[in-house]
Amino acid sequence: MAPEQSRFQTDRALLASRLRGILPPHCLLLDDEDLRPYECDGLTAYREMPLAVCLPETEAQVVDVLRTCHQLGVPVVARGAGTGLSGGAMPHAQGVVLSLARFNRILRLDPQARLAVVQPGVRNLAVSEAAAPFGLYYAPDPSSQIACTLGGNVAENSGGVHCLKYGLTVHNVLRVRVVSIEGEVFEIGSAAPDMPGYDLLALLVGSEGMLGVVTEVTVKLVPKPELAQVVMASFDDVGKAGEAVAAIIAAGIIPAGLEMMDKPATAAVEPFVQAGYDLDAVAILLCESDGTPEEVAEEIARVIAVLNAAGASEIRVSQSEAERLRFWAGRKAAFPAVGRITPDYYCMDGTIPRKRLAEMLSAIADMEQKYGLRCANVFHAGDGNLHPLIMYDAAKPGEWARAEAFGAEILELSVALGGSITGEHGVGIEKINQMCVQYATPELEVFRRVKAAFDEEGLLNPGKAVPSLHRCAEYGRMHVHQGALKFPELERF
Amino acid sequence: MQLDSLVDAVRTAYAQRLPLRVRGAGSKDFYGGMLAGDVLEVGGYRGIVAYEPTELYLTARCGTPLTEIEDALAEQGQMLAFEPPRFGVATLGGCVAAGLSGPRRQQAGAVRDFVLGAKLIDGTGQALNFGGQVMKNVAGYDVSRLLAGSLGTLGLIAEVTLKVLPRPVAEQTLLFEFDEAEAIARLNAWGAQPLPVSASFWHEGRLALRLSGAAAAVEAACRRLGGTPLEAADAFWHSVREQSHAAFSASVLWRLALPSTAVEPGLDGLVAIEWGGALRWYAGEQGAIRGAASRLGGHAVLYRAPESLRCLEGAFTALPPAMLALHRRLKKAFDPKGIFNPGRLYAEL
Repeated sequence: MAPEQSRFQTDRALLASRLRGILPPHCLLLDDEDLRPYECDGLTAYREMPLAVCLPETEAQVVDVLRTCHQLGVPVVARGAGTGLSGGAMPHAQGVVLSLARFNRILRLDPQARLAVVQPGVRNLAVSEAAAPFGLYYAPDPSSQIACTLGGNVAENSGGVHCLKYGLTVHNVLRVRVVSIEGEVFEIGSAAPDMPGYDLLALLVGSEGMLGVVTEVTVKLVPKPELAQVVMASFDDVGKAGEAVAAIIAAGIIPAGLEMMDKPATAAVEPFVQAGYDLDAVAILLCESDGTPEEVAEEIARVIAVLNAAGASEIRVSQSEAERLRFWAGRKAAFPAVGRITPDYYCMDGTIPRKRLAEMLSAIADMEQKYGLRCANVFHAGDGNLHPLIMYDAAKPGEWARAEAFGAEILELSVALGGSITGEHGVGIEKINQMCVQYATPELEVFRRVKAAFDEEGLLNPGKAVPSLHRCAEYGRMHVHQGALKFPELERF
Repeated sequence: MQLDSLVDAVRTAYAQRLPLRVRGAGSKDFYGGMLAGDVLEVGGYRGIVAYEPTELYLTARCGTPLTEIEDALAEQGQMLAFEPPRFGVATLGGCVAAGLSGPRRQQAGAVRDFVLGAKLIDGTGQALNFGGQVMKNVAGYDVSRLLAGSLGTLGLIAEVTLKVLPRPVAEQTLLFEFDEAEAIARLNAWGAQPLPVSASFWHEGRLALRLSGAAAAVEAACRRLGGTPLEAADAFWHSVREQSHAAFSASVLWRLALPSTAVEPGLDGLVAIEWGGALRWYAGEQGAIRGAASRLGGHAVLYRAPESLRCLEGAFTALPPAMLALHRRLKKAFDPKGIFNPGRLYAEL
């Protein structure tokens, strides 16, 4: 394992006795059978058993746990619902898991000011459900929204299918209350705009539990659009579908959602949810328009004109809310649907400039041959975020290693095409090596200094998100500078 | 001007521990704390590096005038949606460093919401790249967004990539006669409805409300809201954005950021309300203003004032001790010798 692991040697008995002194018995798990459910998050290929799981119920208990771990030099991994896909909540073998699951109350919902103050263990969808009677909702909607928590969303800067128009978590969080590893409580941001000093909210959101533990979140609520309609278009060529996406943007349209699925993805989904997808299409686009009825009618007409000009072979428009939800159901169920046709799948999360889409998909097709594994592609086309689903069988020797290498190659190609190794799932433990590809040593050094400004001893989520220099040297990959790989003459597809 | 010459200047300052005052066009010299250090002119490092309308991003060097950027965007029917003030000559670097957003902020977001990436020369003279040109990128800490509003104290912002957006198809401005309390109540009520409100400005009993979006949506909203249409609305919003409107003419001007629903704070001298009630401007010397803003859950900036008053009051609301200590540690992570714009944000930074 990485050197980050060997840095810590925890006295398990001492840790247990100190934690027993600050938490009631029902808030502390110490036995292996109780710890087992926490050994991984949504990325099940990586597992580690923690020494203890703390389930505090008050902020004072969070402070006590963090202070104790700080005194003892014990690593702490914060955890929400454990739905993350990059292993960000994977425990540390010498450390404590700090679960915020019991911080599950919506503290205040202010329909006039259009905000909600929630605890970090509140589920994403629960916020929108609570806001619905006031005609409001919380915009970021990751596919896991029925289970994932706001605390986890803050940690990962989660997106969803509507972020091109409505933004990511960072655009929709107004304030967080954070406890540092030393047990100090910070208020960052407020219901008022433009906080004094540095925009620490920008730094905290997406920091993957490396800088502090969130105990309260204030989110922005927005008025629910009166109407939403979705256009579904079929294409006989992936390149044409990619050009259609660019043409929509070029026409000055920012759709509420703009998603693409390739043929293997629609083939997996259709028997599962009967969304009514065109199974002959090489790729389908889903383009959603929302707003007032007048606005939607105007925008849908423009979208259809653009899609026709871009060579769509078939176009359908949802004629009812039920049909709109059915069109989306397929997209939202893409991961479980692929899970039905393969024993295991590995979901990637690269972003690329939209115009490189056809190039990326043809490279992935070549990689399928190279690694002997199939891959279905779903794509947040509007914001260039690709989710290739690599299918493998963990029971077959060597398949996971091939899937992992396949994924790494996709991520490194994302960087080479001018994109990023992660759009919304985070680096976690999964993409720690590819961080050495996306960033050069001096930038990684700055990340380490930022981390140290919050957590000098590096006790919060060690080994995740930002690789050590040693790790990058061991991985031996070169940083891709501004899309230019070193040794460009080498075959990389 | 080449990047190398900026890097060299910073390296020299680092070696000699010389404070630098980074200056684009100097349009916001009035803003923030005291100006100290040798002036490092960066206005010559200019030009649009990349602009891809269909990818919705633009990358430009720090000295590029905002007007040059916005002209290029306008040719493609796009815009900087946060409508930063230009004060005639403002540069991109200064715009991001100051973090000031304009009338459309309530609908579209602030400067920081549009920053996708940045090239930063840190306090040791290294040119670093953070973020990128794609809309979604969660690899590493979001350092480029952190730079918005940092007043250049973390490093020399050499190049920035911004998300850009299409201009709305239609815009219409409506006028209403409301007192302060009614304006705030109406703005919040409208904000909770799916209306295409893109800007609001209240001054002396008159509220201007701008609607932007699809033509049909703007027309429908106008029918629903009533009010009197404003002719020459573009010139009016220009005067709000550039603060050439009479409301901003006081020699001492405070900028209060409050929760949009905050009640009247019990102060005299209110000259304008923007951002759906979340931004309120007060004129004149105000002893109790910082306390009043804090009590309402916001903060007050001494936006424009004679030097003597700015020295006395500080431009920005003081940070609690633990928060200030964290700021100092962060500052040090980027600028170990404290050479960039000392005192511009806080005297202690």
